[in-house]
Amino acid sequence: MAENKMGRQTLVFKNCPEIFAAYSTAGVSEGKGPLRQWFDTVLEDDKIGQKTWEGAETKMLKDTVVGAIGKGGIDKHEIDVIFSGDLINQLMSSSYAVRELGIPFLGLYGACSTMSESLIMAGAFVNAGYSKYAAAAASSHFCTAERQFRMPLEHGNQKPPSAQVTVTGSGCAVLRESVKGCGCIQDLGRPGVYVTGGTIGKIVDMGINDSNMMGAAMAPAAIDTLETHFKETGKEPGFYDLILTGDLGKIGRSIVIDGMGKKGFDMTGNYEDCGCMIFGPDQDAHAGGSGCGCSGSVLCGYVFRRMKAGELKNVLLVSTGALLSTISTQQGESIPGIAHAVSISAEKR
Amino acid sequence: MKKSRNEKEKKKKYEKYVSEFTPSTGFVSNGIKAFIVGGLLCSAAYLVQSWIQNSLGIEQKDAGRIVTVGLILAAQILTGLGLFSPAAKFAGAGLIVPITGFANSMVASAIEFKSEGPVLGVGSRLFQLAGPVLVCGISVSIVIGIIYYLMGILGVSLPRV
Repeated sequence: MAENKMGRQTLVFKNCPEIFAAYSTAGVSEGKGPLRQWFDTVLEDDKIGQKTWEGAETKMLKDTVVGAIGKGGIDKHEIDVIFSGDLINQLMSSSYAVRELGIPFLGLYGACSTMSESLIMAGAFVNAGYSKYAAAAASSHFCTAERQFRMPLEHGNQKPPSAQVTVTGSGCAVLRESVKGCGCIQDLGRPGVYVTGGTIGKIVDMGINDSNMMGAAMAPAAIDTLETHFKETGKEPGFYDLILTGDLGKIGRSIVIDGMGKKGFDMTGNYEDCGCMIFGPDQDAHAGGSGCGCSGSVLCGYVFRRMKAGELKNVLLVSTGALLSTISTQQGESIPGIAHAVSISAEKR
Repeated sequence: MKKSRNEKEKKKKYEKYVSEFTPSTGFVSNGIKAFIVGGLLCSAAYLVQSWIQNSLGIEQKDAGRIVTVGLILAAQILTGLGLFSPAAKFAGAGLIVPITGFANSMVASAIEFKSEGPVLGVGSRLFQLAGPVLVCGISVSIVIGIIYYLMGILGVSLPRV
């Protein structure tokens, strides 16, 4: 009997794994955006002195993981497992970033939903007692994504308003067994931040096959996961101070608000999208940011810090992913969307 | 994978729903920008060609070639300096459709895939964007050539090309 779940898709972490350290890195233009003050590191140069863009993303992710471990005040040898993913073929950035760290590694591909996915996995491992410390990470880089999925950087072209910009950024959260139980006020009187559960999403594909319409392709998956989460937990959207989708952008966000409204869930008050938050209106980001690093850096920077400061009590992160490949697009296949929800709490229960 | 009619209808319905939330592409403003920039570019090229013909006494055919090479060179240098992409973002088809776009597509690929080495990187990817254009262009010209030839056999009087 599976006792740590509600309904079919929602996991409940009764032992409340604690996110005790998180670190976020943002690229040059993300660092000029509205969230600049919340990142731990803003890159001065997107290539960070590396020969290749892939090398740069690898270094960025590695530095983020090392940064998170360092902030937690533990040694990397104490981390029992790291869950990490990115967008590059065969998880290049994650594999090469972890190569030098000597941490047991489980790679995840969830496209841009990776941050939720890695948090759910790390939370489950810690909750079940398989790990004392587990890390969850995700990264994306504009220049590596562009060359793999789209055009060479210097190619002259125009993008439609529905296109999104892959975020250069990464986030890493380190989880540990909860020492004092859920919702305890931790050292210095600051609240602990706990992963209390998650809802694993189903693939939803509405038949969109234009890769410039990612928001519209992923929004139905986000709606499906959100609806399932509320139904299975019995919670209302109002329970959360902030509901955050990963990278739906302006169009996807509007679809979620409209679609959830039609299902009887009011999302107008406390709902935002990381892709809409990360770039300012003057940054020519079209419909907004995308990529694993979008929700990764926003969660590990903005959300984690505000929760630590006691400004946010309950947050639901719904990172969204488009599970297409460069081949599937050329073969005329539509874009499968996915979304996983993770509930994070800094509240006494 | 074949899609059922039901799925197609679902897809159409969803696409229509999505279009309610999607801002328009700005066809008119993009078209005007492309018309002005593309027109200016071609007029300037023509002026230079005339100047080469008249002042330097070079034949029209050769003058045309010199201008073409000049345009390719300029697009390549601008691409290398990172200036072509922002310009093309503004002008769109005005810069992409003329031979400048073709030059840009090759240099951009060369810069991009330099990291995978001169042979397997640049060598194999140089025509990544230009290649399909060449294949389509040459294929169409072959088809047109066959039609032209057949019409000649059938005795249709054709202008000499």
